[in-house]
Amino acid sequence: MTPVIASHALEVTNLKKAFGGLVVTQDISLTIRPGERRLIIGPNGAGKTTLFHQISGDLRPSSGQIKLFGTDVTHFSPYKRAHFGLSRTYQIITLFSGDTLEHNVTLGLLGLRPARWQMWRPLSYYGNLATEARRTLDTVGLLHLADHPVSDIAYGEKRRVELAMALVQKPRVLLLDEPLAGLSNTERSQIKSLIASIPRETTVIMIEHDMDTALDLAETVTLLNYGRVIVDGDRDVVIADERTREVYLGV
Amino acid sequence: MKWIAAAPLAAMLVLLPSFAGDYYVNLASQILIAAIFALSLNLLVGFGGMTSLGHASYLGVAAYISALLTSRYGFGHGLAAIISIAGTTAMAAFFGIIALRATGLGFLMITLALSQVLWGLAYRMSGVTNGDNGIAGLTRPMPFGISLDSAASFYWFALISASFGYLMMAIFVSSSFGSSLKGVRDQPRRMAALGFNPWMIRWITFVYAGFWGGISGLLYVYYNKYIHPTSLSTTSSAEALLGVIAGGSGTLGGPVVGAALVLLLKNYASAYLERWNMLLGMVFLFIVLVVPTGIVPGLNKLAAALRRGSR
Repeated sequence: MTPVIASHALEVTNLKKAFGGLVVTQDISLTIRPGERRLIIGPNGAGKTTLFHQISGDLRPSSGQIKLFGTDVTHFSPYKRAHFGLSRTYQIITLFSGDTLEHNVTLGLLGLRPARWQMWRPLSYYGNLATEARRTLDTVGLLHLADHPVSDIAYGEKRRVELAMALVQKPRVLLLDEPLAGLSNTERSQIKSLIASIPRETTVIMIEHDMDTALDLAETVTLLNYGRVIVDGDRDVVIADERTREVYLGV
Repeated sequence: MKWIAAAPLAAMLVLLPSFAGDYYVNLASQILIAAIFALSLNLLVGFGGMTSLGHASYLGVAAYISALLTSRYGFGHGLAAIISIAGTTAMAAFFGIIALRATGLGFLMITLALSQVLWGLAYRMSGVTNGDNGIAGLTRPMPFGISLDSAASFYWFALISASFGYLMMAIFVSSSFGSSLKGVRDQPRRMAALGFNPWMIRWITFVYAGFWGGISGLLYVYYNKYIHPTSLSTTSSAEALLGVIAGGSGTLGGPVVGAALVLLLKNYASAYLERWNMLLGMVFLFIVLVVPTGIVPGLNKLAAALRRGSR
């Protein structure tokens, strides 16, 4: 165990979530440094997404504590955590399908600006929001589709819009829930280089099944099984660990 | 194109009393009042995804407050109107806190229950509300000393109020707050993760809808010069909801068209048929089956298809 340093980006202590008698995460403790790239792996039903839901505030833990940069956010509502610098993407694509790509990404910006309460001026009044949204769409290679509704674009492109919506918020901590799910090889390498180019001011925590791609992005790995942390540490150490092979790699 | 088409319509609306008889002018006034009411309900139903079955509360309470203050306590119309709207908006703020503990069906049931309580009070507290007899013998206000007693003058008063209301609600839904509201309607969880406070956005909208519901209530009581507990009933809420859905919820034109349809059916069909509600039901069934998204979106779709076809 590394000694506890005051400045952790994320600190999870004894986190437990139970749905009735079904315990989904039990006693999970994690510490993640600012700027770290952490990969969370584990078989289906290991509690990975439930852990994410608790960190983002979508689910309230049964017990335990979550700290963001030293502040206890366990009882913060999701929107407050967003203002605290936390962004996330979803495993199941959650976009505004009738709206344009530009509008989707602009909502990501609007969420953190006081303009979201403005009742007299149209969104188009805030031209700088649209400019910034388009710049981010350019980063993910979708600028040419900015004026198309989300319902018109392909699945792989939607994954990139998911990412753009989170990136535009310039989060301090970014949770990526299976960003590569269902993508082709070409699309995977696109997303991979996108994630690799995220600046170091952002701490990235990622759930991913595609080990070949994801391990290249990770510095540290946490292995979950049955809602518990099995192994936790530097990438190579975790991969070499016997328990990882047993639980996950099936070797 | 849109403006060229709108200009003759606007001229016709303004000049209506010069070529139509009093009966039709009065009917038009009623449609305008129903349109404001339906537009305010549509803020909740169409733009906020909050289906309310108790919106008549705001119409009825505003009307009752104004009626009581002017007829029983000798208030002038100006002050009575201010108190009535302030009271109704405050009530919406309070009811919103209760109803927004739930969403979807739960929200609908709470709004229904709250409106039933008010309806029951209006019936039973006959010492205050005069119960089933209603409050009669009311007067219309005289803004800037202009009498609103003729059909034409009241119509223009209603037209100005309705146009202003339409404009204000159009600005509201197309503002950046409107974008927040539509986002919360479509993906509340995602919106919260992006930093929006869904509850607060819904509550503000609920209060604003209550405010405009109150305005329509004032016009309603000025027009009828009479108020009865029926205006607080579920039927009254449901008729407006039907109008919103039939016209096209989530559009600005839809509720206006829907409210006009309900009123016209009510006025014409009830003259010939005792069970005119049955006809109303059948018309709605037809609309929902043929254009499930409502008349206005349906017509837009048709117009787009025709334009493509003519090319």
